Amino acid sequence: MKNPFVMDCGEFRVNYKQDMALYKIPRVRMRVLAMVAFFFIFPLLFSDYVVSIAILCGIAAIGAIGLNILTGFTGQISIGVGAFLGVGGYASAILTMKMGLSFWVAMPMAGIITAIIGALFGIPSLRLKGLYLAIATLAAQVIILFVISRWDSLTGGTAGMVLSRPSIFGYTLYSETSFYYLMLIILVFTTIFSLNLFRSRVGRAFIAVRDRDIAAEVMGINLFKYKLIAFTVSSFFVGIAGALLGHYTMIVSPELYSIFISVEFLAMILVGGLGSVFGSIYGAIFITLLPVLLRTIVEGLSVIFPELYGLFSAFKEVIFGAVIILFLIYEPEGIAKMWKNIKDYFKLWPFSY
Amino acid sequence: MTFFLQMLVTGIFIGSIYALVALGFVLIYKSSDAINFAQGEFLLIGTYVCLTLVASYNVPFFAALILTLIFSMLLGFAVERFVLRPFIGEPVISMIMATIGLSSVLAGFVHIFWGHETRVYPQIFPEEVVKFGTVQIAPVYLWSMVIVIALLIIFTLFFKYSRLGIAMRATADDQQAAQSMGISVKTIFAVSWAIAAIVSAVGGVLLGNINGVNSSLSLIGLKVLPVAILGGLDSIPGAIIGGVIIGVIESMTGGYLDPLVGGGLKEVMPFVVLVFILMIKPYGLFGKKEIERV
Repeated sequence: MKNPFVMDCGEFRVNYKQDMALYKIPRVRMRVLAMVAFFFIFPLLFSDYVVSIAILCGIAAIGAIGLNILTGFTGQISIGVGAFLGVGGYASAILTMKMGLSFWVAMPMAGIITAIIGALFGIPSLRLKGLYLAIATLAAQVIILFVISRWDSLTGGTAGMVLSRPSIFGYTLYSETSFYYLMLIILVFTTIFSLNLFRSRVGRAFIAVRDRDIAAEVMGINLFKYKLIAFTVSSFFVGIAGALLGHYTMIVSPELYSIFISVEFLAMILVGGLGSVFGSIYGAIFITLLPVLLRTIVEGLSVIFPELYGLFSAFKEVIFGAVIILFLIYEPEGIAKMWKNIKDYFKLWPFSY
Repeated sequence: MTFFLQMLVTGIFIGSIYALVALGFVLIYKSSDAINFAQGEFLLIGTYVCLTLVASYNVPFFAALILTLIFSMLLGFAVERFVLRPFIGEPVISMIMATIGLSSVLAGFVHIFWGHETRVYPQIFPEEVVKFGTVQIAPVYLWSMVIVIALLIIFTLFFKYSRLGIAMRATADDQQAAQSMGISVKTIFAVSWAIAAIVSAVGGVLLGNINGVNSSLSLIGLKVLPVAILGGLDSIPGAIIGGVIIGVIESMTGGYLDPLVGGGLKEVMPFVVLVFILMIKPYGLFGKKEIERV
């Protein structure tokens, strides 16, 4: 029991309280704390470049968790995340740069504004589902981006806007390390919130809506209300991620929020695992690292084949699409399921069942 | 008044090409209940293959067109066999993501082989404009219209009288019943993907002749989505009428509203229309009223 390296063998739960617990086995708490501690000393161990990639992974993870709440847990497919990321970024940009609010006020407000707009575009979900809802969110993406790029007086049009890094007690978060901690704190909060969400009444209603909406309605779940809540909560986190991303890269402009970004986020939750909070994080890390790894490989190969380097972005597209298709065919439940299979293997070892 | 007529006519001609591409959506949706988000890339590949044949190998245009159609057919078969077949009967999101992944793969290959810069077809259709009263039309539009109408007639006859066409309609109606009557549903799926690739390639070649070819041409695939929805996702006449309506709306927006907002509204208008259709009449003008309501 006290040895942290002993594997869990069997899970003996005798009441609902144990079944609902966040840590099913007390020892897990230690491992989780150790892992969180590792992420807190992470920037001290690695170079600024690695930390900057970690920041992008973390911000993507916050957005991916948001999208997973909507698509993975509630079953409402959305191809409009890119635009909502943009709404978050622009809201924060306008609030800080035009209205002079502090980042610490503007970020949550950007989340709330995105949530409101998300809920607005969630209204069609009352009448549409599946494919038709996906197309409606695609339309939302196009329309929002059009408004952003045309409303010159508010958003600066196609030129975009410049943002500043947030500051706290007179100290501005210019270094990668300081921004990393800001991201990490928000990511930890988002993770804990969403893990708890799915232990609560609302979260269970989401899952019921996803699994069998008509049965859920028969059981007294107000479909419209819960779908709208899902759109709101999901957009809130996407908005927060958008605001963070805007303040990290210090620029927002319409082409940063294209349909391709929406597809990337969908790929994250798909590769990570639909309906899994940790899956969203794995997927975000995987999809963010993919081009980085590919660039390293192409750079290595370009010593031999110099013309390869010019084709990098095309290769990226091919690999990206192929990853989506291969995951869909061979492991539709994503990295989260693969990780679980590995754990189960060791849990049962040396028995195969 | 001349301006209005000019916009109207241009809209109808462009719309007829949209109708052709939308036909690809409709065919795939009818036979396999899937939306093909890679339609734009099918179109792009067809356009580039034809362009390469004409420009680099000096093949006569119509021969190149035929070769392109054969190539597209094979592409359609291959895609259905290797990418889409595992997803028969899977949830909607798998289907959507699979075709999105496919579009990314195809776009990547297009960039590898043909790069990013815009290319122009060599002069194929005569250049001097044809006048109908006060309205002027470039011959390329007229030729497009002729090709589109010819293809639509061919497909209508194909679905009405050929054995394969009848089998496809049966499959669209009821897959299980069709299968128990000895129709191979897998073949039908493959054929519908092949036809979808063919019609997109023709649409692409025509649009390429009008505007030149670059990778942003694949965005037509998304723009045609409103056309397919407006007409009803499972209706071939719907695709044609939807295409003309969206073409005219787009052209009118470009003529009358774009100068007011500073451009760009033309590209967005079909999607605004789309939102309204989805809210009011999700199954479109001619679609079967079968879609699941919540």
